[in-house]
Amino acid sequence: MAMKKSTTPASKALANRISRDEALAYYRDMLLIRRFEERAGQLYGMGLIAGFCHLYIGQEAVVVGMQGAQKPGDQVITGYRDHGHMLACGMSPREIMAELTGRIGGSSRGKGGSMHMFSKEANFFGGHGIVGAQVALGTGLALANRYRGNEAVSVAYFGDGAANQGQVYESFNMASLWKLPVVYVVENNQYAMGTSVARASAETELYKRGISFEILGEEVDGMDVLAVKEAAARALDHARSGQGPFLLEMKTYRYRGHSMSDPAKYRPKDEPKHVRDTRDPIEHLRLYGLEIGLFSEDDLKSIDRDVKEIVADAADFAQTSPEPDPSELMRHIYVEA
Amino acid sequence: MSIEILMPALSPTMEEGTLAKWLVQIGDPIKAGDVIAEIETDKATMEVETIDDGVVEAILIEAGTQNVKVNTPIARISGEDVQSKLPPKTLTPASPVVAEPAASATPAPVHLAASHQSDYPVGTPMVKVTVRDALRDAMAEEMRRDPDVFLMGEEVGQYQGAYKVSRGLLEEFGERRVIDTPITEHGFAGMGVGAAMAGLKPIVEFMTMNFAMQAIDHIINSAAKVHYMSGGQISAPIVFRGPNGAASRVGAQHSQDYSSWYANVPGLKVIAPYDAADAKGLLKSAIRDPNPVVFLEHELLYGIEYEVPEGDEWLVPIGKAKVRRQGTDLTITAHSRMVGFALQAAEELALLGISAEVVDLRTLRPLDTETIIASVKKTNRLVTAEEGWGPMGVGAEVVACVVDVAFDYLDAPPLRVHQKDTPLAYAANLEKLSLPNVADIVAAARAVTNR
Repeated sequence: MAMKKSTTPASKALANRISRDEALAYYRDMLLIRRFEERAGQLYGMGLIAGFCHLYIGQEAVVVGMQGAQKPGDQVITGYRDHGHMLACGMSPREIMAELTGRIGGSSRGKGGSMHMFSKEANFFGGHGIVGAQVALGTGLALANRYRGNEAVSVAYFGDGAANQGQVYESFNMASLWKLPVVYVVENNQYAMGTSVARASAETELYKRGISFEILGEEVDGMDVLAVKEAAARALDHARSGQGPFLLEMKTYRYRGHSMSDPAKYRPKDEPKHVRDTRDPIEHLRLYGLEIGLFSEDDLKSIDRDVKEIVADAADFAQTSPEPDPSELMRHIYVEA
Repeated sequence: MSIEILMPALSPTMEEGTLAKWLVQIGDPIKAGDVIAEIETDKATMEVETIDDGVVEAILIEAGTQNVKVNTPIARISGEDVQSKLPPKTLTPASPVVAEPAASATPAPVHLAASHQSDYPVGTPMVKVTVRDALRDAMAEEMRRDPDVFLMGEEVGQYQGAYKVSRGLLEEFGERRVIDTPITEHGFAGMGVGAAMAGLKPIVEFMTMNFAMQAIDHIINSAAKVHYMSGGQISAPIVFRGPNGAASRVGAQHSQDYSSWYANVPGLKVIAPYDAADAKGLLKSAIRDPNPVVFLEHELLYGIEYEVPEGDEWLVPIGKAKVRRQGTDLTITAHSRMVGFALQAAEELALLGISAEVVDLRTLRPLDTETIIASVKKTNRLVTAEEGWGPMGVGAEVVACVVDVAFDYLDAPPLRVHQKDTPLAYAANLEKLSLPNVADIVAAARAVTNR
């Protein structure tokens, strides 16, 4: 069976891989995530966000590229590093930021927090705090798609840490056995909290983890939004056409610590800087687009301004939205029949 | 010399069965390993092999005889002359027997006093149905009613259910809606919750609730919390069901009562019915409920017949206890199989002149404290009975509720009846010593009434 490392040619040779509108949209979405997360980090430092807060900075190309290939109706589910996924799904920055500050304007009315957000409207099914749980849940979303006979595909993200959870393989087995429409996306940012892939995994090439379940796997440069989008299109087509699950391993990198409280002393000090200087997903797309004349500096400046405004507005909203009324405490424990 | 062949038990809980067919006749020579008869229970047909060589001398039980008790002599063979000094040999089932209980060790159902609280009007046409079939009927009716309802679990389809609860469902509803899963509780429970989050209404069967511990993360962290964590946007309308508590001689890992575990969790509803009418009416309500429901059945009740109201709109409301027997001297609360014990205890207590009121909790979360309190206010004394362990248990919760609200009505400290604080032993005598029984309830009732 086909197991491969992606052989995406260098971007330069691919002037026709992407339209101007698409490129600008990807640039905008990645930048929005970057600026949003930077602001979230800042608000955390100010004590406005508490608890666990896992930033997505550095990994933006993965979720933006995936989203670029999805169709309306496809579902997304992920773990606790979820802010980027929600922004990419189209949830409002205001409601995400206000959830981070624990306010009533948050997407979960302040009751979920960073790791637990959902949007029925955006087909975003969380936001799950238990490592690996989203893989079984996401496979269940695919089961629902199959049951209903619709065309939707479930996209279930997990990290290199979750890749060692047993339920991931229980899910792989059933998804492949029943040919469920699900794309599994391993975001391999190389560290499960402080443990590197090599220290935790007997097989470090995670795209091979589906082999014994007959699940096709592909390694993708998760820092290149075009490579991601193209691999995503292949995987989604595969799943949508009834051929069963597909596993994409996104080689990516988080610039920040595992969570806000992690000083990241387990990796070489200059490693993040090196990745940022050589593989940054936003810079990569910027240089590529400018070089082949897809867009101009002015186009980007205008996006920069818009994004800045959106993030400032979200941060303002998140600080001015009131805390939930005490009556919220006992609401939503049960669905009222 | 002759060897008696005895009616074999096909499962840990089988007490009797039908001798369906003899495959040998008087005078036939037989060798160890020959299939000589077929035995049926309400769940399975098994071939029986001899373990002796010899000639069939006599057939003591005719083919077609029903209700043949385990260990009844069914045939005699003339054995070869190499006899051990052990007691008569029995036959062994030809194929390996999984947990396949048939009839049960539970005492016969007690006929309820005419004064018990009824959920249905007098004159409602009733049919006799086993708890097993009542559960099946509930699922079948709800699946007919709502195309979003489906069943998944181990052996629910082709095998017809490890305990035959899903018998006939695959034939009626097909593989799309009756899904045989691999042995992978954590995975399929999570998938069930995912499908529920997408708006379907799965029934997830666990072969026993003991195995649901592999999946408890999804029951609690995923299903029970998602509605709250999403600020009311997402819910998980799902039923997790299966036999809970001790079966018979299956040892510590297959015998735990999880009532208090699940009943501790906000976001879950927890149901533990006793008779077939409640099993059916509450399971139907559970399937229709928009919340995650843990539905705790009891293996030793599956084979027992009770009266169930006819028709497919028999619903029992979740969260309502039932006074199964009226009394004035003390209140006994119980759920699931312990209700039968409590009713028996009440009969015995009546002979001693003690009038016990038996409250069947039926739903553990939300607990119907109103009915419990009203009963205690009337009787002023309380005994709780549960099959599980005492510490942090259902009885502890019932007692706390009563003390909170009706302390001044209590004339004696309440007592709790429960399993001994130990993993369940395998040895017959130790198992018996560990599990609560009718005598324990009677003794507790006498203690709280000083009689």
